[in-house]
Amino acid sequence: MQEFLQQLANGVAWGSIYALIALGYTMVYGILRLINFAHGDIYMVGAFAAYFLARAMGVGTVVEASPLVAAAVLLGSMVICAALGVLIELFAYRPVRRSSRITALITAIGVSLFLENAGIRIFGADPKFFPQVIAPRTIALAGGVMVTNHQIMVVVVSVLLMVALTLFIQKTRTGKAMRAVAFNRDAASLMGIPVDRIITITFAIGSALAAAAGFLVGLTNPKIEPLMGIMPGVKAFVAAVLGGIGSIPGAVIGGLVMGISEYMVVGYISSTYRDAIAFVILIIVLLIKPTGLLGRNVTEKV
Amino acid sequence: MSGARGVIGTVAAIAVVWAIDWAGSRILNPYIYRVLVLCSINVILALSLNLVNGITGQFSIGHAGFMAVGAYASAAYTVYAVPLMLGAEASKGGWVAAAAFLLAILVGGLVSAVAGFLVGLPSMRLRGDYLAIVTLGFGEIIRVAILNIDAVGGARGFAGVPQRTNLAWVLGGAWVTFVLIRNLMRSYHGRALLAIREDEIAAEALGVPTTRYKITAFVIGAFFAGMAGALFSHYTYLHTNSFTFMKSIEVIIMVVLGGMGSLTGSILGATLLTALPELLRFASSERLIIYSLLLILLMIARPQGILGRREVSFRSWFSRRRSRPTPAT
Repeated sequence: MQEFLQQLANGVAWGSIYALIALGYTMVYGILRLINFAHGDIYMVGAFAAYFLARAMGVGTVVEASPLVAAAVLLGSMVICAALGVLIELFAYRPVRRSSRITALITAIGVSLFLENAGIRIFGADPKFFPQVIAPRTIALAGGVMVTNHQIMVVVVSVLLMVALTLFIQKTRTGKAMRAVAFNRDAASLMGIPVDRIITITFAIGSALAAAAGFLVGLTNPKIEPLMGIMPGVKAFVAAVLGGIGSIPGAVIGGLVMGISEYMVVGYISSTYRDAIAFVILIIVLLIKPTGLLGRNVTEKV
Repeated sequence: MSGARGVIGTVAAIAVVWAIDWAGSRILNPYIYRVLVLCSINVILALSLNLVNGITGQFSIGHAGFMAVGAYASAAYTVYAVPLMLGAEASKGGWVAAAAFLLAILVGGLVSAVAGFLVGLPSMRLRGDYLAIVTLGFGEIIRVAILNIDAVGGARGFAGVPQRTNLAWVLGGAWVTFVLIRNLMRSYHGRALLAIREDEIAAEALGVPTTRYKITAFVIGAFFAGMAGALFSHYTYLHTNSFTFMKSIEVIIMVVLGGMGSLTGSILGATLLTALPELLRFASSERLIIYSLLLILLMIARPQGILGRREVSFRSWFSRRRSRPTPAT
């Protein structure tokens, strides 16, 4: 039982990171029907942006590690990645928006390869150690479960960001416009919604969330390298599909299911099967419910 | 194509293939020879994926998985079954070994086709992006499953597979793949596949058994991918790292870049994308950055791929020249 709870706690923390990345996938997909393959690499850039910001601020030498410093680093990397997301949309995705979806997909793959290789060139291929912006501490919970304060922070920050995102989408004018564009882009355009600007905002928000995930991963697993985004990127996309792509609560549920099931496999079966379990669950879910857990059923039109 | 011409063409093609290989192994330096072999294997992969993605219009990103099945099945056949059947005779080379290798390639293709059937049966219920992600999933599951089979080396890689592949084998394989898929595309069944691509609902309404055709295309695609895998496994060191989803994506890029649905386009795309990273070697550490930028620029400049849906053939090229309208006098 203790073992189970321990894996559950680890899984929830890891699943929150998947959920944050999956949110970006699902938002972009909801609006453009584009699988933004470069999203996992934006998460990588987020981790590196946080790394360099923390180094520039002199964390551990000039300034003491504190929650305030951590918040500054987090916000900084979110802003950098939001800008990066907007640039990518402007220069790579906008020119192919009127082309077929597969063209856009290949363009996204090209952007992904570009970020990875540019990352290797600029940051170096060897792993870097993420500075400890918050001193690590282990906390014992009820039932003998041990968690680190970093894991708690991952969950708390993720929940805060998800609540903020939900409020933004449900309560603000821009959020309403985003929902309208996702529902029907042409009709939204006819109603006077600036579709291009909404798409830009979507990319900015999605990329900022990925940057937050990159920062949080740097806290818990402090080894970052330029190819770290590939696997989490694919799995987060799987999480988004699992939950029903286009659905924001679906992305969160999908992310948590993926994180927890991975840790259960590591704990009870073997870590070599870790990368396969995500896909096994995905295939089972899609065969039973082809649009994902919370996906809407789209009727076929002739 | 009439019978006599077909036979002559076949004999001529075999002669050309052997001549190229004989000349290639003597004239070309080993590096260029190697790039040519990998080019041809990629041509087989791109052609077979084009059957599924370009001609039938079903988006699959699991091709590397079928390549892996073919590679490991044929390698296991060569390493474990052939010595039992032929004894020491097989290791000597010559015609017996060549026949055993041909059989190994077929074994790779057939096992992969069975895998394609098992994967295709449930997946073909899904459409569009859901199909894409499920095929990606199956590809990764296959890779992780092979990684956990100790008899084929697991994480150590499969060592001791005899190196039988040469340029003649891969060129012959690419040629067979091209001819078979081209003939299929021109047949009654090929038109059914094209109808599914154009409009699945309309095809179904006109009495095309869409699910059966989609699965058939998927199985044939898997067969050729397995063949490519078999050729690959008898050429270089065999490890599951060669078959990650990035390999599948690489093949998709070849198909899209050449033009979805164009077979000659796939040949062009596969050749170009295998050669491009080698041609960019002068730029050393920046070469993959340039490669990715070129990919983005090409997609912006030519979204339908280099050839679109057109085919290039010597015959049409000549006839176009001949039938060029003479200027009115």
